[in-house]
Amino acid sequence: MSLNASEIQRIANLARLELTPDQSERMLTQINSFFEIVEQMRAVDTTGIEPLAHPVAVMQDIALRLREDIASEPNQREANQQSAPAVERGLFLVPKVIE
Amino acid sequence: MTALHDLSVAALAAELRAKRVSAVETAQHFLARAAQHTARLGAPAEGASNGAFVALNEDATLAQARAADARLAAGTAGRLEGVPIAHKDIFVTRDFPTTAGSKMLSNYRSPFDATVVARLASEGMVTLGKLNCDEFAMGSGNENSAWSAVRNPWDASRIPGGSSGGSAAAVAARLTPAATGTDTGGSIRQPASFCGITGIKPTYGRASRYGMIAYASSLDQAGPMARSAEDCALLLSALCGPDPDRDSTSLDVPAEDFSRDLQRPLQGLRVGIPAEFFGEGLAADVRVPIEAALQALVDQGAVLVPLHLPRTELAIPVYYILAPAEASSNLSRFDGVKFGHRTKNPADLIDMYKKTRAEGFGDEVKRRIMIGTYVLSHGYYDAYYLQAQKIRRMIASDFQQAFTQCDVIAGPVAPTVAWKIGEKSDDPVANYLADIFTLPASLAGLPGLSLPCGLGAGGMPVGLQLIGNYLSEARLLNVAHQYQTATDWHTRQPGATA
Amino acid sequence: MSAKLVQGYEVVIGFETHAQLSTQSKIFSRAPTAFGAEPNTQACAVDLALPGTLPVMNKGAVERAIELGLAVGAHVAERSVFARKNYFYPDLPKGYQISQFEIPVVQGGAVEFYLGDEKKTVRLVRAHLEEDAGKSLHEDFIGQSGIDLNRAGTPLLEIVTEPDIRSSEEAVAYAKELHKIVTWIGICDGNMQEGSFRCDANVSVRKPGQPLGTRREIKNLNSFKFMQQAIDFEVRWQIDQIEDGHAIQQATVLFDPDTGETRAMRTKEDAADYRYFPDPDLPPLVIDRDWVERVKSQMSELPRVMAARFVSDYGLPDYDATTLTQSKAMAAYFEAVAQACQQPKLASNWLMGEVSRRLNAGDGSIEACPVSAAQLAALVGRIADGTISNNAGKQVFDALWKGEGEVDALIEAKGLKQMNDSGALDKIVEEVLAANADNVAQYKAGKEKAFNALVGQVMKASKGKANPQQVNEALKAKLAG
Repeated sequence: MSLNASEIQRIANLARLELTPDQSERMLTQINSFFEIVEQMRAVDTTGIEPLAHPVAVMQDIALRLREDIASEPNQREANQQSAPAVERGLFLVPKVIE
Repeated sequence: MTALHDLSVAALAAELRAKRVSAVETAQHFLARAAQHTARLGAPAEGASNGAFVALNEDATLAQARAADARLAAGTAGRLEGVPIAHKDIFVTRDFPTTAGSKMLSNYRSPFDATVVARLASEGMVTLGKLNCDEFAMGSGNENSAWSAVRNPWDASRIPGGSSGGSAAAVAARLTPAATGTDTGGSIRQPASFCGITGIKPTYGRASRYGMIAYASSLDQAGPMARSAEDCALLLSALCGPDPDRDSTSLDVPAEDFSRDLQRPLQGLRVGIPAEFFGEGLAADVRVPIEAALQALVDQGAVLVPLHLPRTELAIPVYYILAPAEASSNLSRFDGVKFGHRTKNPADLIDMYKKTRAEGFGDEVKRRIMIGTYVLSHGYYDAYYLQAQKIRRMIASDFQQAFTQCDVIAGPVAPTVAWKIGEKSDDPVANYLADIFTLPASLAGLPGLSLPCGLGAGGMPVGLQLIGNYLSEARLLNVAHQYQTATDWHTRQPGATA
Repeated sequence: MSAKLVQGYEVVIGFETHAQLSTQSKIFSRAPTAFGAEPNTQACAVDLALPGTLPVMNKGAVERAIELGLAVGAHVAERSVFARKNYFYPDLPKGYQISQFEIPVVQGGAVEFYLGDEKKTVRLVRAHLEEDAGKSLHEDFIGQSGIDLNRAGTPLLEIVTEPDIRSSEEAVAYAKELHKIVTWIGICDGNMQEGSFRCDANVSVRKPGQPLGTRREIKNLNSFKFMQQAIDFEVRWQIDQIEDGHAIQQATVLFDPDTGETRAMRTKEDAADYRYFPDPDLPPLVIDRDWVERVKSQMSELPRVMAARFVSDYGLPDYDATTLTQSKAMAAYFEAVAQACQQPKLASNWLMGEVSRRLNAGDGSIEACPVSAAQLAALVGRIADGTISNNAGKQVFDALWKGEGEVDALIEAKGLKQMNDSGALDKIVEEVLAANADNVAQYKAGKEKAFNALVGQVMKASKGKANPQQVNEALKAKLAG
């Protein structure tokens, strides 16, 4: 399985990454060489095997832990926004969002 | 009088408790050493620096040390009161910036501490600073950092391993008695092996991931790195334990004293030897010390059991599908909106996203985001992501099968010793292939430990890997400790340090 | 399913409703969910997706999902999975929304309601838990938007229907019924102005018998009035397009209440590739049957069940029962009146008539009614036992509404007692018949209207106090004889 340049473009777009033509080309070569080692994986017969999303499910039945519905987080806006690139009147500023 | 930096964590804790040295003196001693080995953002480390430290804050460290001294005086000291620790820059800290080795977070300050950091602090440990690592924990040589590449203290022209390269180098160079690391595909075990120190990745879910910047959520685990199994056991006991309020993947098993079995004799221990770990790819200079180590275990009463882990090689594509997939999603929050880097003068919102992320992320991170995005995308999910998760289950089953025949599994950590800086940086896949022995245990969520067992080509350290069944860390530490009472590889120092 | 065609086309509508759950804290963090706080004062580290943060599930959100599942007769999944829906948007801090994809917590179910006299059933596909996004504010900033993440992480239940709806009226009726259900069982405050209950309508048209047309999605319909307008416009627009020979392109559209038109949003490239995968930070949600049973036993009677009980116990028609169970408060009010005066149908008439009319003109909710259930029961009682006529009752009611006193005192004060003395009535009837010989003759000649005129005369002569029933009987008797 190998990708082409337009797919690299599509994925870069989905991932919101700007790549120069040079970077795109290099990315294409590297990713394709990566997918060569992936091919053997695709050929494995996994009929009847359930995917393993949480590794310790092998060890014990895991279930989502639920917490009581209590609002205990205090307002820490200043501390939370100390590393924000652009803030005004408590709002994070971004280039205009067009709907 | 032994220099402070030559003392183990256990010995140092004793000295502090006995008030033969103060926490402030101890901190100052290590800070002076650490200051010689700092990294620079976007430039190689200066002079003889090994580039291990990316952040120091003398005021904060000494304030913690003074508080420790107060508790030591008052008799309210924790088990590790006043003992210095340095944290891999993947753990968020309030007193120090956190960069995750990335330009994306070059001036990020977290409003909270990682649970692991807080737990070690609650035992009285004093934070020396933050340690260099591969960007967002992605890498096997600490060459993918936005900061200087870290230099192996044993040979400055070589990598220390990764992604916890700064942690391993700092411990090996005795800049700190202990460090925290994280292991997703081998990132504690492999640098421990390459730098001749001891490190352990516990069972997935033992240590809280809250405050540990996520790379691959179902694989990431925190663990200690130090110069002995005994020290690692002390640290592991302090940092593990359920964190139900903050981490839903945290295991609901009580905190343990992992030092409790250290003295148990190895008589009758069944050590599984997977044939797949000893194939052609294993360099001869690594094979020799490994086999010698296995013999040493036998001399102590262990029995070697040949067995198979047939899907060992498959671990590579499986890991490099699953980890990037999770990473591609975990790293979406780095978008320039709420924190971190933002590009200057974006044309519009989309431009802001694309340029911010292009500027903030390094090449390896971008590569993995691309791979991850691809394998999750429409039409490819079943063939890649789902398939990889199924094989993951098969790999975990293979281990369960193996553990019916043995108590622990032993083998090399890596196929070679540390390679030269720059040697594999143009060939990402070559880096991936070298992870072959550490990936399987990561995928299964099993605990794994690396301890020094000899020297290979160029006098570079070789690590022995021990893999245990779920929740068997005490046993792994026991085996390692018994080995370390009969041998002295773990006491060897690199010649390069002062 | 009978529904009128529009210009020969069948309208096919499916609804997706996002109901904000009435929990104290967010679905994955412990920040508060109260509406109207200063920007980003209710967005904690987890909500802001600060590096290293992780989600922890709110039990209250799960419980509310179970309640909804039970209320609509759905299957509550023993095991459901949270998945990440990946896309970039400034109000989505993690760059993904934690939602449910392949295995939702609630599966199936249905919502029943009346459209006029016809009973409709809209089947549900599923309902799943997910987190709300933050808000973008555009007004105060030039060339920029301000992002407030207070809302980010508020629990939502997304309720999805099959495309069973066949008209805009039906759509509104469905939405109102669903609104009633979620507010009745207390899982959502239903405040549409505050965004607690948001509807998206997937609309397509087709000639009857043809496969489904391409649908367009009208997003964020936050008022019932605009809902109908928007759908009507969209339907006409789609039909016009098709008639002009243009194919309908799948699109997301917004309704502009000022222009009354729907318009396509700026198309987001790759909008459809959300790269769903199970969230590795959250193990599967397990709901054992004991928990479902406990919730069931603690839930109050559901509106449909109560309506059925009103029909069987009080003999009310379906329509009345449905109308009276529009809210818990209304139903409780009705039952209080009915049990006090033992006149359920009359009570129902008064509630659906006079009471509702006045409520709709003002605040709208029965809680604001100045007439107590006891007072209305007394009034209905006095009509039923013939003390006053229905018309007189309206005068008394008016006075009750204004707080002018109690029923019996008002009847006395206003002299509204009906004449029940048949002797006096007979006398009046005789006098009227004598004075209206023409009408009598016309009536006997077959003109029904003449009878009404005679009734009117009797009522007038009695100064409105005669009991109309008795007047009818007396007149008929005398005229027959």
